[in-house]
Amino acid sequence: MTTLDTDLRPPEPSRLVVFWRRYRRNRAALFGLALFALVVAMALTAGIVAPGDPLARAGDPLTPPFMDAAVPLGTDQLGRDIFAGIFYGARISLMIGVVATLISIGIGVVIGALAGYFGGWVDDVLMRVTEAFQTIPNFVLLLTLVAITGSKIEWITVAIGIVSWTAPARMVRAEFMSLRGREFVDAVRNLGVSDAAIIFREILPNAMPPVIVYASVIMALSILLESALAFLGLGDPNYASWGNMIGQGRAVLRTAWYCAAIPGIAIVLTVLSFSLLGEGLNDALNPRQKK
Amino acid sequence: MTAPAPKPVLEIENLRVALPKGSDRPFALDGLSLTVAPGEIVCLVGESGSGKSLTAGAVMRLLPEPHVHVAGGAIRFEGEDILAKTEAEMRAIRGDRISMIFQEPMTALNPQKTVGWQIDEVLKLHMKAGRRERKAHALEMLNRVHIPEPASAYNAYPHQISGGQRQRVMIAMALALSPKLIIADEPTTALDVTTQLQILKLIRELQRDEGAGVLFITHDFGVVAEIADKVVVLKQGEMVEQGPADEVLNRPRAPYTRALIGAVPDLTPPPHRPLSDAPVVLSGKALKKTFAARGGLLTGKRAAVTAVKDLTFELRRGETLGVVGESGSGKTTVSRIVTRLVEADSGAVELEGKDLLACSARELRAMRKHIQMVFQDPMASLNPRKRVVDLIAQGPIVHGMDPRAARERARELLALVELSPAAADRFPHEFSGGQRQRIGIARALALEPRVIVADEPVSALDVSVQAQVLRLLADLRERLNLSLLFVTHDLRVAAQLCDRIIVMQKGEIVEAGPTAEVFAEPKHPYTRNLLASIPGRDWTPPVKSIEAA
Amino acid sequence: MPLTVPPILAYALRRLIQAAPVVVLIMIGTFLLLKLAPGDTVDALVGDMGGADAAFIERLRIEYGLDQPVWVQLWRYMVKLASFDFGWSFVYEQPVSTVLMDRLGNTLLLMATSLSLAFTIGVLLGAIAARRAYSLSDNIISTLGLVFYATPSFFLSLMMMLIFSVKLGWLPVGGIKTIGAFYDGWKHVWDVALHLVMPTAALSLIYLAFYLRLMRAAVLEVAELDYVRTARAKGAGETRLMAHHIMRNALLPVVTLLGLQFSTVLGGSVVVETIFTLPGLGQLAYQSVIQRDLNTLMGIIFLCAIIVVVVNFLTDLLYARLDSRIELK
Repeated sequence: MTTLDTDLRPPEPSRLVVFWRRYRRNRAALFGLALFALVVAMALTAGIVAPGDPLARAGDPLTPPFMDAAVPLGTDQLGRDIFAGIFYGARISLMIGVVATLISIGIGVVIGALAGYFGGWVDDVLMRVTEAFQTIPNFVLLLTLVAITGSKIEWITVAIGIVSWTAPARMVRAEFMSLRGREFVDAVRNLGVSDAAIIFREILPNAMPPVIVYASVIMALSILLESALAFLGLGDPNYASWGNMIGQGRAVLRTAWYCAAIPGIAIVLTVLSFSLLGEGLNDALNPRQKK
Repeated sequence: MTAPAPKPVLEIENLRVALPKGSDRPFALDGLSLTVAPGEIVCLVGESGSGKSLTAGAVMRLLPEPHVHVAGGAIRFEGEDILAKTEAEMRAIRGDRISMIFQEPMTALNPQKTVGWQIDEVLKLHMKAGRRERKAHALEMLNRVHIPEPASAYNAYPHQISGGQRQRVMIAMALALSPKLIIADEPTTALDVTTQLQILKLIRELQRDEGAGVLFITHDFGVVAEIADKVVVLKQGEMVEQGPADEVLNRPRAPYTRALIGAVPDLTPPPHRPLSDAPVVLSGKALKKTFAARGGLLTGKRAAVTAVKDLTFELRRGETLGVVGESGSGKTTVSRIVTRLVEADSGAVELEGKDLLACSARELRAMRKHIQMVFQDPMASLNPRKRVVDLIAQGPIVHGMDPRAARERARELLALVELSPAAADRFPHEFSGGQRQRIGIARALALEPRVIVADEPVSALDVSVQAQVLRLLADLRERLNLSLLFVTHDLRVAAQLCDRIIVMQKGEIVEAGPTAEVFAEPKHPYTRNLLASIPGRDWTPPVKSIEAA
Repeated sequence: MPLTVPPILAYALRRLIQAAPVVVLIMIGTFLLLKLAPGDTVDALVGDMGGADAAFIERLRIEYGLDQPVWVQLWRYMVKLASFDFGWSFVYEQPVSTVLMDRLGNTLLLMATSLSLAFTIGVLLGAIAARRAYSLSDNIISTLGLVFYATPSFFLSLMMMLIFSVKLGWLPVGGIKTIGAFYDGWKHVWDVALHLVMPTAALSLIYLAFYLRLMRAAVLEVAELDYVRTARAKGAGETRLMAHHIMRNALLPVVTLLGLQFSTVLGGSVVVETIFTLPGLGQLAYQSVIQRDLNTLMGIIFLCAIIVVVVNFLTDLLYARLDSRIELK
């Protein structure tokens, strides 16, 4: 006889366990996670490993790397310790990356959710605004905002958030448009649940996985934007930043190329870690569902 | 039923197909043996997960290797060992001597190429002929599959023709080179019942002409009764029964086959229950809904599509009213208008003596608890991020019940829909389709509604599960004196469950009345056509599962 | 039918009309930015003249309409923008539009070469990587893609400069042509091409990596679709599948992103042009920020926006051409 349909399958392991199992399968993602952990560790231990001001003179100018144990990665033309700069730079990069990502995802989620859920003229208006923002080259807009507000680190972070919310907004909107037509949304609507609760409690949690994956991309882009600003000398001069170090290193490129190369490699590895992290998250959060 | 010809086109012997490690079973197919003779249609029947589609992949050598691969047995096509062929030899066979028809006409054709191009591709690959000759042949094939205006269809893109036409194009493509073996994988499942019958007839007709053998994969015993010469029944990758169609359909031996056939709803409706004196709980008056399509010059407005025009009906207490129709008939729109998930253009829906369509947003939210809904897709209708107990308790909590009491009640409801209390703390993805549908029913019942609107609640389910869910619905209806508005495309299901039915076509009611009367003496030509198109209508399942409603 | 318009024209017209509100929004946006910035035109003018008395400043304000309500100012500003009058650059002592037009050609040249290189090579490599998914060549292509994607353009530029100009001496360090050489004819073309090699490479390698990753994912996805299976069942070989069934459909998301990404690439030119001292819009943007030449900066924003709108329009047309499901009616 046929088995009764009411027999339950054995329970499945918790979401977190499933998530980790899927993430673990991607070896590159594990490498990304390790790199990410390393950068976080550097940011956290900067004050212990290299106490004192990273912008102060630490040794003879232009000491090459591995020559002096006091300045293991050498010094720049002002005698500043590159090793310390890398550690403190990790701090700034991560901080700006995290906060700017939160700002841009925050704006993006609200605009995308409203446009995608309500559609109609709300969608039209919000999408035109999004397109207008998207049409202005983001780095030019960033330069302009910084020119207007000045190079304080808080303003730079906000400005990076403001120039990068359009992509998450489009993504959230697309997710909402597809999810709002799903039957579970009709089902809760039919229970008498309000629009606000449907948007934030029913649809948003289901729209988040791709947004979380994309957050890692924005994080990488934010770090790149900040370093480019700093490279051009428009960063906050009171903090050690990788971009700024490369910008300074440019002047001594012929004689001491390591001044630019070391922080450059730090940026590449950090951004790489976010890309790999994003791929791992994507594998783990959005598995291709095959029937 | 022709006697099998001496030399079979296809012989499958003891075929085993291995699944990747960590699957629910090691072999998708375990010990399948069958033969297909020229001019014979062999139906491979099974429920989802039986491994029937992988058989097609194995014969075509198109399995998703290396994850899924043939682990043993033999496949012989016209005496040649298919498993020993090189990829180049297989390419020469595919499309030429063995061809395939797929389930989804929507996705099986390349959206970027014209119909003509896609038919021409198979000719170009296997036929030594000039362009003009190939085009003539393609047009002839389009003509043979009865496509109106073959010349204009030749230049059309797939999205410009209907689903039925697309399946005809697939058939034209599959038969273009007179293959010896045709593998049809659920070719009519995605089609409306009237189109389905036409396609089945077409396959039969062309296959007779060509003398080709057909391996026809399906889950639907009605279709089997319509078309099969021989039947092979699969259960979880194992063959449980095979024999001539007449034998298997009318004198099934294996218990599994008996259970499957017993689950097929009978076409003769049970005697009419007298309900005419019960009070009317829900009524629709002159409902109308037009969808404006977007796009078009400058303004972005194009001709509107009328989904429902002038719909009037009454539903009495304890009654089940079936809304029957094919896709595009507007039946789904009816379920959405009545629950005001979609705003009607005009008309009234009276519930509890109040016009639902005239309610303010706040009144509407309060009114919603009187009319609840069960949805079609058991995957999509439950929020995947909520536990079952919260899903069921959500309605009562929204309407002011104490959360703890609501969860208590949710657990009782689980028992009512015959699920174990352990289900309460799980997430929807941990359940089978039928179980999810039970959860959906429990959610609808949680608000103790006057009316339940069910939109194709069993059409996504396997037949044996479908029978169990239908039985549950019928049972609950008796016990709770529920009134059901039951939307379905499946006339067999409607026959078993509904007291009265409304037949819809293109947004209009063409016929309404007690189910038994409509089925016995359909008055409208469309209803007659619909009833005459039910696959296997002349076959009465010999075993009745006792529980069937 | 009262009005018969060729479908492609009607489609184009509709897209243009949709773009209009975006342009208006950008006009309003630049106006707001100007208002937000400390100091106005008169301050700049007075600063330029080296100071003036209060009564004169007051007169100037009236003359420039700065005493009018904001709405009137906005309206006047939009009318001026619409006629490509971006005001006066106090740094270059020229109308902003003249300054911009001098630079536009170089930036467009840089954009066109780097984007077309990035797109074609990226798409090709992505397709190759996807066809040989998880093989050695895929691993190499994908890893290089990841690394270039993670490399900031200025760092890449510097390293190329270090290797090809400083160490090897093959390529010029910067500029658009050899100053003082006064080449003409093909010699001039060759000279400009040599100057453009590194900026183009720096800009295109990063976006190449981007299109590569996107294309690889798209091909892998399309290869799983039902109609590809249908084509296999017809006996089509892998080359045929790729050429006729997979590529065109996989290109669609990449073309969409080409349009969406264009403004980002244009933004990327700021850094690259500045490093290689290419006299283009990007370098001008940077200098305007440093010199606080806001009129020029707003002119750049507006001009860039127009370029992006035009490019988006062109990619829309390309998309409509590629996707037969979009009916041009």
